[in-house]
Amino acid sequence: MYPPRFRYEAPRSLREAITLLQEGGGEAKILAGGQSLIPMLKLRFASPGMLVDINNLPGLDHLTRDGDGTIRIGALCRHEHIERSELITEHQPTIAAAAPLVADPIVRTRGTFVGSVCHADPQGDWAACMIALDGAIVAEGPGGRRSIAARDFVTGPFQNVLASDEIAVEAVIPPPQGEARGGYLKLERRIGDFATAAVAVAVDLRGDQVTRAGIALVGVGGTTIDARDAADALVGSPLSSDAIERAAELAAEAAQPRSDHRGSASYKRHIVRTFTSRILTQIDRSTQKAA
Amino acid sequence: MTSLFNEVAPPASDDVPTRRVTITVNGEPRTADIEPRLLLAHLLRQGLKLTGTHTGCDTTNCGACTVLFDGRPVKSCTMLAVQADGHEVTTVEGLASPSGLHPVQEGFKDEHGLQCGFCTPGMMMAAKALLDENPSPTEDDVRWALAGNLCRCTGYQNIVKAVLWAAERLGGPDTEPETEEAS
Repeated sequence: MYPPRFRYEAPRSLREAITLLQEGGGEAKILAGGQSLIPMLKLRFASPGMLVDINNLPGLDHLTRDGDGTIRIGALCRHEHIERSELITEHQPTIAAAAPLVADPIVRTRGTFVGSVCHADPQGDWAACMIALDGAIVAEGPGGRRSIAARDFVTGPFQNVLASDEIAVEAVIPPPQGEARGGYLKLERRIGDFATAAVAVAVDLRGDQVTRAGIALVGVGGTTIDARDAADALVGSPLSSDAIERAAELAAEAAQPRSDHRGSASYKRHIVRTFTSRILTQIDRSTQKAA
Repeated sequence: MTSLFNEVAPPASDDVPTRRVTITVNGEPRTADIEPRLLLAHLLRQGLKLTGTHTGCDTTNCGACTVLFDGRPVKSCTMLAVQADGHEVTTVEGLASPSGLHPVQEGFKDEHGLQCGFCTPGMMMAAKALLDENPSPTEDDVRWALAGNLCRCTGYQNIVKAVLWAAERLGGPDTEPETEEAS
C-alpha cells in the first residue's frame, strides 16, 4: 500500500513550520512519529495536501522536570524515551505504568507522546494519562503560545481543538499536591492490539489524605472518558476499601462501552470496575506498608 | 531523472516533485531520487533490491519489515524513505560479515527458529537491536523485545531459543565463532 501524493516539507524551525501550516490552510498535516498517520495515509483514512515533517525541529525532544515538580514532554519525545526514563520511574507512576503498554516495542522507538495525544484515538493510552493527571498541551501558532487542558483538548474521535496553523509543542503535567501515586492497567488480546479496556488512575496523597485524583477510561466510549465523579469521590479523605469500591462503581458507570468482538458492554464495564479498584487498592496497600 | 517509485507505481507525471536522498544502507551510502510518499520498505525492496526486508501486514502490526534506523528497530513500512535522508539503515542483508553469519542468524539456523521464514528478517533485526543493548537477556527480555513481531508458524518457542543461543554465543569470549574456526 502506498500513501496518496502529498507535498512534503521538513522545516528546520518552528516558525517555518507554522508558516507552512498557514500556507496549507487546513490541508496540511503534521508528521511526528508517524506511527498512526502513515498507516492512515496508506488506508486512505487521511489524504492531506501537505505533510509538515517536524522531526528536524530542534529542541522538541525533551523530557524534563522543573524545580516545582512540573513535568514537560516535548513534541518529539518518543514513547521509548519515556519508558526508559528514570525521571518518570521516580516521579510519575501513572505515566511509568502506561509507558511499556503503548503499542509494541518497535512502534515505541518512533511514536511520540504528544503525537498520540493529538491523534485523539479513543483507544490512546496517553490521552487518558493526561486527563487523569490534569495535564495540558501547549500549542504554538502564529499568535504565540497557549495552554489547553487535556480534558478540553480532545473533542471527539480523532478530533482535537488545535487550529490548522497550530503545533502542539509540549505536554505539561502539573506538580502533584503531595505525593504522586497512580497506575495504568490495560486489557488487550495481544500486544499492539487495541485495548478491550484500560484505566488510568492518578492520586495525590498528603499523609493518607487524597488531595487530588483523576481517573480516565480508554476504549469504552467514543472518546477518552474523564471519570470525574469517580475521582471526586476520593478527594478529601483517606483511601479506604469503601471509598475504593465507590470510586470503582462510579468509574464503571461513567464508561459507555459497546459490545463488539473484544467483549460485551457489561464485560468491559466489569473490567473498568476491576482495574480501577485494583490500582487504588495497590496504592492503598503500598501506602500502608510505607507508614 | 527517474523516480524509483516508477518501479512500483505508474510513472509520476513531470510535475510530481522528487527529492534526492542519501541514506547509508548497510554501511554504504546510497543516493536516490524519490517521491516523498515512497515508504522506506519500498525503497529498500524495489529501489535498492534488498528484498530481505519483507512487507507483511502493511499496517504496522507484524514487524516483518523491521530494520535498524540509526541502530534502533523501526517498522520500515511505517516510515517515509525521505525521512531516512542522512541517516543509517541496517537491513537483514547487513547482518552477515565476510567471516560468516551473524550469531543471530546462526542461532535461528541452529535452533530451528523459523518455518516459512517470512517473519524471520524482522525477528532477527529486532533480536539484534535487543542484543546490542542487552547482551545477556532473560527469556522474558527476549519475549518482550520481540512483542512487535508476529510469527504465524512457530509459536515463538524456537525463535526465543534462537535469540538466547545468539546471546550466549555473543557473550562468552571462549565461544566466539571466530575462535572456533581458527582452532
